[in-house]
Amino acid sequence: MMNMKIICNGAKIAVEDELSLAMFLRGKGLDPDTVAVACDGAILARETYADLRLREGMVLEVVRFVGGGASC
Amino acid sequence: MLTIAGRTFTSRLIVGTGKFASSAVMQAAIEASGTGMVTVALRRVDLNDPGDDLMAVLDRRQYVFLPNTSGARNAAEAVRLAHLARASGAGDWVKLEVTPDPRTLLPDPVETLKATEALVKDGFIVLPYMNADPILAQHLQAAGAAAIMPLGSLIGTNQGLLTRFQLEIIIEQARVPVVVDAGLGAPSHAAQAMEMGADAVLVNTAIAVAGDPVRMARAFAAAVQAGRDAFESGLGVTAPVAAASSPQSGLGFLR
Repeated sequence: MMNMKIICNGAKIAVEDELSLAMFLRGKGLDPDTVAVACDGAILARETYADLRLREGMVLEVVRFVGGGASC
Repeated sequence: MLTIAGRTFTSRLIVGTGKFASSAVMQAAIEASGTGMVTVALRRVDLNDPGDDLMAVLDRRQYVFLPNTSGARNAAEAVRLAHLARASGAGDWVKLEVTPDPRTLLPDPVETLKATEALVKDGFIVLPYMNADPILAQHLQAAGAAAIMPLGSLIGTNQGLLTRFQLEIIIEQARVPVVVDAGLGAPSHAAQAMEMGADAVLVNTAIAVAGDPVRMARAFAAAVQAGRDAFESGLGVTAPVAAASSPQSGLGFLR
C-alpha cells in the first residue's frame, strides 16, 4: 500500500508502509553505501539505514558526491 | 614524496573532478594525471535522474577522496557539508571552502578559520582553501590545518600566479604542505608554483575543459614534475646583466 507520504529532497513522495530507508534508496536506484542521508535534520549513521522505517511526514535529504573541484 | 597528515602521495598534482564532459573522460584524465587525490563535491541526488555514481566511477583504493564544501557561505554550512561528506563514506578528509561571494568565489577568511577550528576538533583532516595571505596561513596552521591551499588567482579564471609575492612568503613560512589551488590555467603556471617550492598544486578547470583533457592531464603532470625537479635541484639567481657561459679567456688567436 502506497498510502504514506514522505518528503525527500524537497519533493513529496508516496512510499509503502514499513519501508526501510535502505530499501527506499535501492528502489530509487541508489547505492546506500555511497549516499549520505539526513532525516528530519539529523545526519544518519550508515548502519541505521537497514533498520530505519520511514514514517508519515518524514523529511529526508539524500546527497552524494558529484564532480567538483572548487565552487563550480 | 608529498606527505599530508601522515599519508604519502607519489604525485604532487591533485585533480578536481568537476566540469568534465563525461564520467569516462574524467576517469581517463585522472588516470593520465597520475594523481593520488581527487576533489569531489556533495550535492542533493536528483531522484528522477540520479546519473552516474562518482564513487562507482572512481576507485577509492586508488584515490583519496577530498570532498570540498563548495556552496558553503559560512562556517556553519561548511561544517554541515563536511559531516555529510563523512557520512557518505569518503573518510575524514575535507577541502574546506567558504565562498560567500558568487562573483569572485573568494574564501571568507574569518569563517574559514572558524570552520577549521570546529572541524579539526571533530577529527577531520582539514585542507582550507584560502586567499594568499601569509598571516592567515599561520592562523590556519595554528588551528590544525593539515595543509593550506592558497589561491593563485580566482577560481576558474586561468590567470595563473597573480599572488606570486604572497605565495613566496607563505611557502617560506609554512610548516604544513602548501597546495597552490585555483587559477592555474596552463601547465607553465603549475611549473612556476612548483619551482617556487609549493608542495603540490590542484588543477580542475584547465584539464576538464581542455580540447583533449587526457593529454592536458599528462601535460600538467609533466609540468608539476619538472617544476619540482627544478626546485629540488636549486634554481640559479637572477642577475641584471649578462654572465657569459663560454670561457672568456683563450681568445688571443682572434685579435
